[in-house]
Amino acid sequence: MTALSGDRPLDPASEAGWGDAERPRKGFFTDTSICIGCKACEVACKEWNAIPEDGSMTLTGMSYDNTAGLSADTWRHVAFIEQKKPLGHQQPGLERARDEASTVDLGMPSLPAASADGESEFRWLMSSDVCKHCTHAACLDVCPTGALIRTEFGTVVVQDDVCNGCGYCVPACPYGVIDKRPADGGMHKCTLCYDRLEVGLTPACAKACPTESIQFGDLDELRGRAEGRVEALHAAGIPDARLYGHDPTDGVGGDGAFFLLLDEPEVYGLPPDPVVTTRDLPRMWRHAAFAAAGLAAGVAACFAGRRP
Amino acid sequence: MSDVTRQGVQDQRPGRDATVGSAGRRTPRPGEGERWGEGRKRRRGRRGEALMVPPAEFTSYYGRPVIKKPVWQERDIAGYLFLGGLAGASSVVAAGAQLTGRSSLARTSKTGAAVAIGASLVALVHDLGRPQRFLNMLRVVKVTSPMSIGTWIVSAYAPMAWVAASSELTGRLPTVGRLATGAAAMAGPAVASYTAVLVADTAVPAWHEGHRELPFVFVGSATCAAAGLGLLGAPVRETAPLRRAAVLGAAVETVADELMKRRLGIVRETYESGSAGQLMKASQVLTVGGAAVAALLGRRSRVAAGAAGLALLAGSACTRFGIFRAGIASAEDPRYTVEPQRARLAASATGR
Repeated sequence: MTALSGDRPLDPASEAGWGDAERPRKGFFTDTSICIGCKACEVACKEWNAIPEDGSMTLTGMSYDNTAGLSADTWRHVAFIEQKKPLGHQQPGLERARDEASTVDLGMPSLPAASADGESEFRWLMSSDVCKHCTHAACLDVCPTGALIRTEFGTVVVQDDVCNGCGYCVPACPYGVIDKRPADGGMHKCTLCYDRLEVGLTPACAKACPTESIQFGDLDELRGRAEGRVEALHAAGIPDARLYGHDPTDGVGGDGAFFLLLDEPEVYGLPPDPVVTTRDLPRMWRHAAFAAAGLAAGVAACFAGRRP
Repeated sequence: MSDVTRQGVQDQRPGRDATVGSAGRRTPRPGEGERWGEGRKRRRGRRGEALMVPPAEFTSYYGRPVIKKPVWQERDIAGYLFLGGLAGASSVVAAGAQLTGRSSLARTSKTGAAVAIGASLVALVHDLGRPQRFLNMLRVVKVTSPMSIGTWIVSAYAPMAWVAASSELTGRLPTVGRLATGAAAMAGPAVASYTAVLVADTAVPAWHEGHRELPFVFVGSATCAAAGLGLLGAPVRETAPLRRAAVLGAAVETVADELMKRRLGIVRETYESGSAGQLMKASQVLTVGGAAVAALLGRRSRVAAGAAGLALLAGSACTRFGIFRAGIASAEDPRYTVEPQRARLAASATGR
């Protein structure tokens, strides 16, 4: 039952029976501090994986984010958050234009004026969300057909020709990633471009990212790089920077796709303390067994005594 | 961009990192130079230290849910929770009736169990996104998947229930029928209780956080349903055990339900508001009322016993549909996902 416990780091591919060959676990490090919200990752993912349209092409009306969230037909999702918070010591260059007498105010929307020390009181957060490829993956644990598998890269993939559409993985995922595609009845999610990995290519989203906000590589190397990045941001006066999903001792045993965030996880729609639901499964089975025994004993006791 | 090839990682990136803001152009403000933790957990780690950031208000991404709500159809899956419980507990009642010579009750319970588990299988296959692949459930046996284990439990149970009922109704192969009745009674309690694990083994707050008590709510509800069916279908002289079972089942369900709600914290709201709240209230009235009528009047009046039986069946169904809807409501509101997790982090940071 090692796969159910989250108290020690492990290599999920070895646990899944791929052997202990030299085969580093692959993953994503998404550094949201340099995401520009271009959505190239969403497009590249859709193109490469031939994912159908999400449904009606409507506007959410909540922000520049009209994708709204991860789904069976969206495996990368760029979140947009607008906040009245300073983003370091940024010089947006808007004051100059406003100060020049020769310009005419066209009444265009503008950012609020920067404060005395030049610090803008407004920031955009953008973050490209994706399947986390958990070390302890609830979707994989609960799948009753074995359609969800652990690959040799330590990633989690749905075998579409096996999935029978029971939907158990959907509420099991603590991040709300995997979902049902109504058109074919099956469950779909990011494969970390399993097909590209097998021929030595970088996943489509990372390849397309123009700012290298999405970084692909060996998980160990990415974790080291991320630690350095957080230190650099702290030194640069961005105290909000923190890593999310990098800790191998967290509730899901660490994510294969982890993030550098500039605010609390829930601001980005991420759970602050996700736990793989199957961690509690041994206790659930014990309670259910006890309850079943109680049912048998209780009904038997009701029949005991005088006979008609 | 580094590429992964079959030979390993190539073209490792140089150390070029974009910097947010203008690093180095400003002097840190007092107190700003020190290292920050990576989130609330570490920030609150040292006890007695003033918080650097006040406890955040609840925030979410435009109010959108964090987890996905189940894609299961309510009629199919909540219906199965009810029918599976009715079938499993009815098989236990049937065995008790057979052993104590209550022939009419045995016939009612065996038939009810067979029909209920048959309808359950139809509902379960119907709910699949790809029903033609339902046999893929039998590719593997996975203890980590309650649906896999449940499939095997039901696969073992259903044929026994059908054989028991067929033998009972046709009068053929009585020995086989008796053995099947016994086997169905052995598997029945598992059919009635595993469904609690099925729903609890998800990230749905109203279900997962109640995983300790939910099996007891389910078997209590199943006992009430089976007692209700027997009271409805069997004559008064045979149903004395069912009147006791109804009271026992209602008591177990009510107590377990209350203990579960106490544990749930704010998630409790999902069981007390909206249509889930109405169903749970109806279930309580019907279950407790049905058990009371059965116990007080069920001995004298066949009509009262039948009415009590109907109330108990309806109460059990309300319980299952109420729990199902509470789960959906708890998945749809990010508050029920985020706030308990925040509380957990705060508790672990302050050293419990």
